[in-house]
Amino acid sequence: MEKPQELDCRGLNCPLPVLKTKKALATMKAGELLRVTATDPGSVADMAAFSRRTGVALIESGQADGVYFYVFRV
Amino acid sequence: MSEAKKRPTRLAMIASKGTLDWGYPPFILASTAAALDMEVCVFHTFYGLLLLKKKLKLKISAHGNPAMPMKMPFGPKAFQDINWPIPNVLTANVPGFNMMATGLMKKTFKKKGVATLETLRESCLELGVKLVGCQMTMDVFGFTADDFIEGVDYGGAATFLEFAAEADITLFI
Repeated sequence: MEKPQELDCRGLNCPLPVLKTKKALATMKAGELLRVTATDPGSVADMAAFSRRTGVALIESGQADGVYFYVFRV
Repeated sequence: MSEAKKRPTRLAMIASKGTLDWGYPPFILASTAAALDMEVCVFHTFYGLLLLKKKLKLKISAHGNPAMPMKMPFGPKAFQDINWPIPNVLTANVPGFNMMATGLMKKTFKKKGVATLETLRESCLELGVKLVGCQMTMDVFGFTADDFIEGVDYGGAATFLEFAAEADITLFI
């Protein structure tokens, strides 16, 4: 798997992780990967909703040491 | 246009309040909706017009809002976690109380990683949210387009209702 572009949203609260993810995705090409990290617990539900509404695939997500991560494929 | 043809989900919103706390919901929802590929229009009327000013100087008012907890953005965590009740006798009579409460709320927001209103408003414009100023209230309050940021449209009730007639979500805030 190719190396994903990283987006650090740690410490940011709703709705910034979603807005920054949207902005980052807009600069990327089809097929590329974006890996977002966040500390906002609300981002778990929000990132899933973002993926469903926009159709941008959330191919992996999880949590490690209080940091959530999300991998999107454009 | 036929229903079968997929059009974007539409959010029509009225922003009618001009305090710091009530400035957040319209800009949070509008920017997020646009990020979710929705078509968004926010109609700013009455005090909601203040959200369009070039320089935002919004305050909160604790008076008459017994549900508002006050947080101290400094000191140990246990101290910061306390919700301070604010008696009306204080909010009504202590000079500068609103200014102090506004300062505390701004600090707490910043500490919690909440965006400023300016940032959210900027995101709205970047994402193509249509911000409309109510012409009638502008005339009443003595505002002109010069008082407001670039990129605002102007209109009245019919302008909003035409958009709202085709909306999937309609909110009055």
